[in-house]
Amino acid sequence: MPKDHGIGASPKRREDVRFLTGAGNYTDDINIHGQAYVAFLRSDVAHGRIKGVDTSAATDMPGVVRIFTGADFEGVGGLPCGWQVTDRHGEPMQEPAHPVLAQGKVRHVGDPIAAVVADTPEQARDAAEAIEVDIEELPAVIDMKAALKDGAPKVHDDLTSNLCYDWGFVEENKAAVDEAFGKAAHVTTLELVNNRLIANPMEPRVAVGDYSRATDESTLYTTSQNPHVIRLLMGAFVLGIPEHKLRVVAPDVGGGFGTKIFHYAEEAFCTFAARQLARPVKWTASRSEAFISDAHGRDHVTKIELALNGDNNFTALRTETYANMGAYLSTFAPSVPTWLHGTLMAGNYKTPLIYVNVKAVFTNTVPVDAYRGAGRPEATYQLERVIDKAARELGVDPIELRRQNFITEFPYATPVAVEYDTGDYHATMDKLLEMMDRDGFDARAAESQKRGKLRGLGVNCYIEACGIAPSNLVGQLGARAGLYESATVRVNATGSISVMTGSHSHGQGHETAFPQVIAEMLGIDESMVEIVHGDTAKTPMGMGTYGSRSLAVGGSAMVRATEKIINKAKKIAAHLLEASEADIELKDGAFTVAGTDKSVAWGDVTLAAYVPHNYPLDEIEPGLEETAFYDPANFTYPAGAYACEVEVDPDTGKVTIERFAAADDFGNVVNPMIVTGQVHGGLAQGIGQALLEGAAYDENGQLLNGSYMDYAMPRADDVPFFQVDHSCQTPCTHNPLGVKGCGEAGAIGSPPAVVNAVVDALQRAGREVTHIDMPLSPARVWAALNG
Amino acid sequence: MYAFDFEKPGSIADAVAALKDEDAQALGGGQTLIPTLKQRLAMPSKLVSLTGIAEMQGISKAGGEIVIGGATPHAAVADGVAGDYPALAELAAHIGDPAVRNRGTIGGSLANNDPAACYPAAALGSGATIVTDRREIVADDYFQGMFTTALDEGEIVTGVRFPVPEKASYMKFEQPASRFALVGVFVAKYADGVRVAVTGASEEGVFRWSEAEAALSSDFSPAALDGLSVPADGMISDLHGSGAYRAHLVAVMAKRAVAAAG
Amino acid sequence: MTKVTMTVNGKPASGDVEGRTLLVQFLRENLRLTGTHVGCDTSQCGACVVHVDGKAVKSCTMLAAEADGAEVTTIEGMANADGSLNTIQQAFQDHHGLQCGFCTPGMVMSASALLADNPRPTEAEVRDYLEGNICRCTGYHNIVKAIMAASGQDVGAIAAE
Repeated sequence: MPKDHGIGASPKRREDVRFLTGAGNYTDDINIHGQAYVAFLRSDVAHGRIKGVDTSAATDMPGVVRIFTGADFEGVGGLPCGWQVTDRHGEPMQEPAHPVLAQGKVRHVGDPIAAVVADTPEQARDAAEAIEVDIEELPAVIDMKAALKDGAPKVHDDLTSNLCYDWGFVEENKAAVDEAFGKAAHVTTLELVNNRLIANPMEPRVAVGDYSRATDESTLYTTSQNPHVIRLLMGAFVLGIPEHKLRVVAPDVGGGFGTKIFHYAEEAFCTFAARQLARPVKWTASRSEAFISDAHGRDHVTKIELALNGDNNFTALRTETYANMGAYLSTFAPSVPTWLHGTLMAGNYKTPLIYVNVKAVFTNTVPVDAYRGAGRPEATYQLERVIDKAARELGVDPIELRRQNFITEFPYATPVAVEYDTGDYHATMDKLLEMMDRDGFDARAAESQKRGKLRGLGVNCYIEACGIAPSNLVGQLGARAGLYESATVRVNATGSISVMTGSHSHGQGHETAFPQVIAEMLGIDESMVEIVHGDTAKTPMGMGTYGSRSLAVGGSAMVRATEKIINKAKKIAAHLLEASEADIELKDGAFTVAGTDKSVAWGDVTLAAYVPHNYPLDEIEPGLEETAFYDPANFTYPAGAYACEVEVDPDTGKVTIERFAAADDFGNVVNPMIVTGQVHGGLAQGIGQALLEGAAYDENGQLLNGSYMDYAMPRADDVPFFQVDHSCQTPCTHNPLGVKGCGEAGAIGSPPAVVNAVVDALQRAGREVTHIDMPLSPARVWAALNG
Repeated sequence: MYAFDFEKPGSIADAVAALKDEDAQALGGGQTLIPTLKQRLAMPSKLVSLTGIAEMQGISKAGGEIVIGGATPHAAVADGVAGDYPALAELAAHIGDPAVRNRGTIGGSLANNDPAACYPAAALGSGATIVTDRREIVADDYFQGMFTTALDEGEIVTGVRFPVPEKASYMKFEQPASRFALVGVFVAKYADGVRVAVTGASEEGVFRWSEAEAALSSDFSPAALDGLSVPADGMISDLHGSGAYRAHLVAVMAKRAVAAAG
Repeated sequence: MTKVTMTVNGKPASGDVEGRTLLVQFLRENLRLTGTHVGCDTSQCGACVVHVDGKAVKSCTMLAAEADGAEVTTIEGMANADGSLNTIQQAFQDHHGLQCGFCTPGMVMSASALLADNPRPTEAEVRDYLEGNICRCTGYHNIVKAIMAASGQDVGAIAAE
């Protein structure tokens, strides 16, 4: 019988009511009296030298308040990068300046050159068009390998080359890895592209800057996944505003998927301009603008080699990856192809020797940073594709090849520096086999064939590292931030509770799931608990939501704070019950003296805390409010096994997903309904990557699919009903909830399943196709069929 | 959007008069024009809405032909001709999405002549007659290349007359993002022969595939198209498919259309 | 500027608009009905879907002046008279058919138009009808399920409870 409340139950989401009635409060719904509007003039060339910006005609146009250019930001800091990677030779990465508005050069289509503030949005746009920019167009570098050639045009003139870093991991293992390849019985090699994606949360970015002359305080309302991080980066590094004079609010946010983690120029601009003008300043991105200003994701070109011995055991793995940084370093960009990618190359397998080389490259394209999964999908995709290819080359069952190489003993220290605390990869594979009806495949394939279609089946595993992570460790790895999370649990006099969390909900349902945890711990009704998030003026310093960390890290902080509440409340209860604190038990919302029927209700204790008439004032303070900061001891390691069945239309190359099954191990699960929904969404994004999506630039750096007319978003008829299971649970051993995180799994695990399935379909039809690069568009599949 | 005036006349005559102003432009359902205006790719001084003109709305039959008012939305066509011309109804029922079909009009689509639009294939494939405020233009003369038609400045498509075929079908292979036709083939069998019109594929916009027409006129079966192909030269080549791919799809979709027409 | 008058969610509404003012701008800015969202500029995402004279339209692709005299219903007008969620809204909550909520108003308005035309749609019909509504969060699974449930069909057998 499923639980009806607390941990493990699936109560309906309380936030849904406002979203379903049009009462949500998204950033674009915020309008401040007297606000002006910004239009950015953006570069329409990928690379050029700015020889002049003439704003004279534009300045006189109706409604124009002021026009800003790069010159206005000369005394202002640039957008900072939050992670410094050290290269193979111990040198720091090359780190270019990233001005708020372009100075000297433009480096990608969409790079902001000037900003017009005007009374209406259309007036701002009219004036932006009237600005005359004299740009000497320079040759653009788009292809990463070309960008690294001698004599290639440099994106940043002051850097030595377009190479951001050349990273080796683990560098000390390189010789041993090479040696193992020399001894291998079989080596499988695969070259592939992990296609550039655009996150496309349905809410475009918005920023509203406000400034109070009365208090000298700036407020930024923004579409962010982590308002405190924006406050820190923007306040300390860009605008020089101390935290106590800067408030950042991220209200209802319409999806993030990583691209709303980063600090963007438009946020700094609106905050800056509002101070300069003493007037609220609002910017709302159009979707077209989002395509050329939101950080993109993925964009790796990889060669992977897998060495096996005569028993088909993996003996070594070697990869070489080119990772596109785009024109500037977005906030966490350097960490994605390195610490979020190289550390996951062991996957679910006990490969003893691994060497990962990553060359991060500047190009004249939009900056690339974390997108749902961030590094881990890239690791999973290449590993699970090369294993599939190896199985086909060796003529062995791809599932059995995986199984024989599974890690089975935990904790397990990988050769790429992480320690998996727990897992059971056979269990998720067993569950997957049960779900996918492998035995029925042949009959389904025969039925497809009758209709002239080719059917294929692809299976893969994945592991990811979530709940990032111990601050002291990531500090050593180059992070310029801590990665703890915070929570303040404020118990009110009548017993209701406000929880101020540093996590941020933009679709994940924290307002529903977090109270389940508190209610379970206290034995009170969930409706008594309210979650407060997304406002630096209301919540303690928090690091926000990304990397599937909210429950594992933010939830753990909340547990710790609640434990402090319970400890204090027990002291109060002991006083009220005239008993020893050691004898007090909290159960079903009441404090009881163990072994007696003496008890005092939750509300009586909370009231006593705030009306301390009968209260141990000499021992404890009045009030009942506690804060905890939780810094995790390790990452968490969700893992699972996925299967995809496709049909390929050989006449057109069109691939349809017929069945998709996902068996995940997320450890303990607080709200199964929400977890299932997270997996569904991740699967659609992974299927989108595999079949539909892929930002494409021409050789001049023009984005060829900068709108939904050409960038194919998954729609309802592109996906089937999914089979999702998370009953295999090996709880995380180092956080108090035993949870691992579920937000990214679907996007990480699904692309290889789809591609494996299409390759399977083509090979079953007798085609010698070993790989097709994503997205597997009809045209590409047709070309492969007829190649 | 740049600023413009808006006018919504109640008659064709008033609309024609309103369109005489310099840079005035007709507005059908706006499903293409408004996104174009948002990108600031057009700067009309005035938009003259055709959606308030009762005489341009609705569907009737006359002399064996279906007559569709130029301002009739796709959804109304999908409902209104389902019995008399099911292939045309099916085509209309799959233009854009439901909300687009409630606003977008047949006249607007034909006036715009997007190379990936569906209606041009139906009009050309049916040998339809485009009726304007001042004349009638047969489809073979009307379509003159991508986004180009025989319409003069200020001329309004007030209606379209479709001869009803014995059999017909439209097969569309959708571009994965826009869902417009990457290739769409309309096949219609009339007593005096078969017409095959192709949209989405050619750099010249909608065109008749005469070789297929000849083959199908003597044998209306998918097999009649075996071995026939359109040249890849002149086919659109872009992110979503090469000219060769589009040329291949023309043959595939044509066969499927013939098979579906029965 | 011209004056437009329409009935929005059963109440008279009027305002002065430019020729270029879109219906969605009139709703969001003049009437402060911010439940209708703008997610793209090419008329594809469907976050802006409202009903005009009973038909689903994309309010970002219709001029406000074109709606002069019309009956307009937005997400704010969908709840039951007593303020409770209507059948479709309730099904979306019951079946977790929304996450970030941004596409949700358009989804509900499209679902409502679908069920008015086709009271018991199949899965394929629902998916086909949603061609003009993009959701990035849910993978559509629970949206399709919610709409089928709202139509009175038993969705208990659908995978992944």
